[in-house]
Amino acid sequence: MDLLFDHTLRNAALGAALLGVVSGVIGSFALLRRQSLIGDTLSHATLPGICLGFLIAGGRALGPILLGAVVFGVLAGLAVLALVRATRLKTDAALGIALSLFFALGVVLLTYVQGQAGAAQAGLESFLFGQAAAVLTSDLAVLAPIAAVTLGLTALFWKEFKLASFDPVFARTIGLPVTALETLMTLMVAIAVVIGLQMVGVVLMAAMIIAPAAAARQWSRTLEQMVVLAALIGLASGVIGALLSSTGQGFSTGPLIVLVATGITVVSILVAPGRGVLWQVMQRHHERQQIDAEEVLATFRHLIYEHGDPTYPVERGMLNTYHGRGVSRVIEDLTAQGLIAQASHMDSEGDHWVLTPKGLERSGVADA
Amino acid sequence: MLTDPDIAILLTGILVGCASALLGPFLILRQNAMLSDAISHAIVFGIMLTWLLTGLVSGPVQILGAGLSGVLCVWLIEALTRTGRIKEDAAIGLVFPALFAAGVLMLNVFARNVHIDVHTVLLGEIGFVWLDTVAVAGIEMPNAVLWMGAVFLVNLVFVMLFWKELKLGTFDPTLAAAFGLHPRLLFYGLLLLTSITAVAAFDAVGAILFIAFIIVPPATAYLLTDRLAWMVGLGMLTSVASVFAGYALAVAWDVSISGMMALMTGAFLMAAITFGPRYGLVPRAWRYRADRERNDVRALMVHLHTHESGSDRAEENVSDALITHLNWPEIRAKTVMRRAVNSGLVLHDGGVLELTDQGRDMARTLLEPWRR
Repeated sequence: MDLLFDHTLRNAALGAALLGVVSGVIGSFALLRRQSLIGDTLSHATLPGICLGFLIAGGRALGPILLGAVVFGVLAGLAVLALVRATRLKTDAALGIALSLFFALGVVLLTYVQGQAGAAQAGLESFLFGQAAAVLTSDLAVLAPIAAVTLGLTALFWKEFKLASFDPVFARTIGLPVTALETLMTLMVAIAVVIGLQMVGVVLMAAMIIAPAAAARQWSRTLEQMVVLAALIGLASGVIGALLSSTGQGFSTGPLIVLVATGITVVSILVAPGRGVLWQVMQRHHERQQIDAEEVLATFRHLIYEHGDPTYPVERGMLNTYHGRGVSRVIEDLTAQGLIAQASHMDSEGDHWVLTPKGLERSGVADA
Repeated sequence: MLTDPDIAILLTGILVGCASALLGPFLILRQNAMLSDAISHAIVFGIMLTWLLTGLVSGPVQILGAGLSGVLCVWLIEALTRTGRIKEDAAIGLVFPALFAAGVLMLNVFARNVHIDVHTVLLGEIGFVWLDTVAVAGIEMPNAVLWMGAVFLVNLVFVMLFWKELKLGTFDPTLAAAFGLHPRLLFYGLLLLTSITAVAAFDAVGAILFIAFIIVPPATAYLLTDRLAWMVGLGMLTSVASVFAGYALAVAWDVSISGMMALMTGAFLMAAITFGPRYGLVPRAWRYRADRERNDVRALMVHLHTHESGSDRAEENVSDALITHLNWPEIRAKTVMRRAVNSGLVLHDGGVLELTDQGRDMARTLLEPWRR
């Protein structure tokens, strides 16, 4: 119980929880709109904003730093749009250009700040890879309202976001301001990124936009399920990662949170019911077995009709001829299910099988 | 001479820029620019793993070993995309942060024993390349110059050797496959070289600024030319110019050298976006204006010709009619008249606008082109 009462740990866990919920919710829309990588560009692009906020506030005051980060995140988003619209460059190049140039500007400003501020620089380093231990109670007082507003906006524009994500053309037709909605969603990605900066850092925030949403997508059939699940997965990875980092020796928090989230995503992609890769392999195997069984039963039925004898003993060799040698396994299955039974016909002629009453009913002979 | 700080730094920068500019054009034209982002992050994992396994932080084994992690990253992205459960962009954003995170964790655990740290990952240490030297054939040179030079040569040979295959594989992969040119194999070769270049450049510019070197100069060149060879050449030129300008500014302002070099590639990109002769915004606006003025003059010729011998000549062929009948704003009307008079197409005789023979010819050619 000591864990709960340790201030540093509590702050770290609460901060990570906020981050997880918001990035899960916002990330769901980004994922569905195939805008996953915008999170990567925006998060790298916040670096100059962080440095400028630091310079203007003259210290590690969270408010100005976050404001600077949001401003530069949005600027990078606009830069991507402008590059795609005004030049012949494609989206991928525009994303890479905005990411690398804004980051370069951030690096230049970072070295400038370090030259100026001397000892105060230590505060900025934690924004690169995240340091949950650096989260103060006063920081939470800034982060929580931002998170609440973001979630509130999502709830308010739920229907509009949903439509604009799944069918932007139809949304436009019925008069929704799709461009404005898309801009708002991009702005909210920037906000989600900013909430995570302290915990995860600028370099790895992209993963927090994508991983919880991608994991949740595997388990859900509706947007409602997906968003709630993504929030929970984000929350779980955030808290687990933050706690691991606080107990370990000098681990950056960001990588731990990201690895937990990625792990959950990989497991989800493998085993989620219905969509999971392994789940489908097993499902297919099961279906194959059922089809094999039905085919063997059909052979029994045909032979019974042919001979006009419901107790006609079918010879092993005959089944092998029809179905190949793999039929042994099917015969075992059918015997185990009580649909066929071994019958002694003539000892010298090897194994024979007949349909049991249950098997007769199942294969449809009884109806005829 | 090669150990002089200025020369060593500039030479390293130039080699990073040129080695990247050889590969970047193909990534941009294939619309795979973000793979360079993924690769440059993923090599941090490879660098740490290679160091843990072999204890090497430079040299061919380290470069190739760590370079393979970039290929691993791309392979994982493709494998994830092939499951059909997530789209490619999400797969990219899932794989490289995981590899990068694993690399940073290893860095956290073992950082005490290795010369790379969090700072190197992000900024590189191009300012110190001249300190770490090695003698080759009696010439003392920085390690970074040696290995970056080797990677540049490998890239150069690869691109020259497979120029035709790369070109066709980039613009028409299906045709390239039909010709048996193995575009996929070649693409993986390209990505392996991208990773290797990223690893070799890592000490100098770090993992993330490398993205600026491999994407921005070729993108700048792409806005200036339509020829692949020119794109490669102009990309290199942009890189070299950025390296010089960036170094000068970094020294003047006492900021990160690699960051300033990367930022300068952006300045050239902005210049190309604005002033590029064919696709630049200003020349395009300029051409649009010139086209409009030319069309206005043509419209004026046709207008004057139509009413030249009619009874409404005095009413139509006057300067006021351009404003009231053709609905041109006054400034536009004046510009058009001045152009027409200056080109000797129209005589402004008293109130009436009179076509010259040249102007009449133009109007007739426009109205009845078959008569020519």
